[in-house]
Amino acid sequence: MTPSYFFLQLSVMAGVTYLIRMLPLAAVKGRIRSQFVRSFLFYVPYAVLAAMTFPDILYSTGNLASAAAALAVALVLAWQERSLLTVALSACGAALLFQLAGGLL
Amino acid sequence: MGGSFTKGLRDGLPIALGYVSVSFAFGMMAVQGGLSIWQAVLISLTNVTSAGQFAGLNLMLAGAPLLEMGLTQLVINIRYALMSLSLSQKLDGTMTLPHRMLFAFCNTDEVFAVASGQPQRVGRRYLYGLTALPYLGWALGTLLGAAAGTLLPEGIRTALGVAIYGMFLAIIIPPARKLASVRAVVACAVGLSCAMRYLPLLREVSSGFAIILCAVAASALGAWFFPVKEVEEE
Repeated sequence: MTPSYFFLQLSVMAGVTYLIRMLPLAAVKGRIRSQFVRSFLFYVPYAVLAAMTFPDILYSTGNLASAAAALAVALVLAWQERSLLTVALSACGAALLFQLAGGLL
Repeated sequence: MGGSFTKGLRDGLPIALGYVSVSFAFGMMAVQGGLSIWQAVLISLTNVTSAGQFAGLNLMLAGAPLLEMGLTQLVINIRYALMSLSLSQKLDGTMTLPHRMLFAFCNTDEVFAVASGQPQRVGRRYLYGLTALPYLGWALGTLLGAAAGTLLPEGIRTALGVAIYGMFLAIIIPPARKLASVRAVVACAVGLSCAMRYLPLLREVSSGFAIILCAVAASALGAWFFPVKEVEEE
């Protein structure tokens, strides 16, 4: 990747991200009327994150077994409504333990 | 009275700690993928978003076209539009247009969640306090991960790859537990995403567009079958 293409990519990334955050805060005073659009927007974050997480999480550690262990731990802790930090670090810890155990066996 | 700067700093500290661990993984992955340390930090300083940066990094490393980059960021980050929309109802008089435009830069999922959880309207002193440490933490974690990530033993490096997904699960599972509609949307998105990954022909679609298709289809089905009566932003 050339440096100039990096800056092009970076500008598109940062520009789109900023505009999405800024425009509604700066421009929208009233509320969206359409129930369908409001409902759609309500579900979007969960759908995006779910589609990003599955099945990618299974390949995120380069080892299916340790990733599955991390997924199980994250699911249980997230179900218990633990903080982002707790869930993220515990998932890493579970993957690490599994890899260490796998290395010993 | 929209809250003080120091109150904001205090509320932002736990967010910042969480960000350091996730952005550490981002910095490490960026350098492993072939970016330089300063490129990784520059991405974090200008984007300040987890999901968008991880997806954007993959597209960058794949040399994806700019249109695909723009559309992917649009769909992955469209949730911020909803958050900004919701937060616009909660700002006090000190948040004039220039301040709204500046604050918007740092309106992350977690900052939004904490700001909306405040009992009263929020002002600019509180919001700048709230965003200060998370922004620094996000940049610092990226720098540390990019500079030192490769020094870590391989087991720890690969284990950190799951951090971002742990954070995502922490965001989607609690509402999915409470609301059957969110459960259905999440299950639908997961099923579609797996189909796009494993089925012939469908798996030829690039990952950025696959996320767009899955998210739009699952959210539209959700909006069709489970219309939200009142906007239930958390």
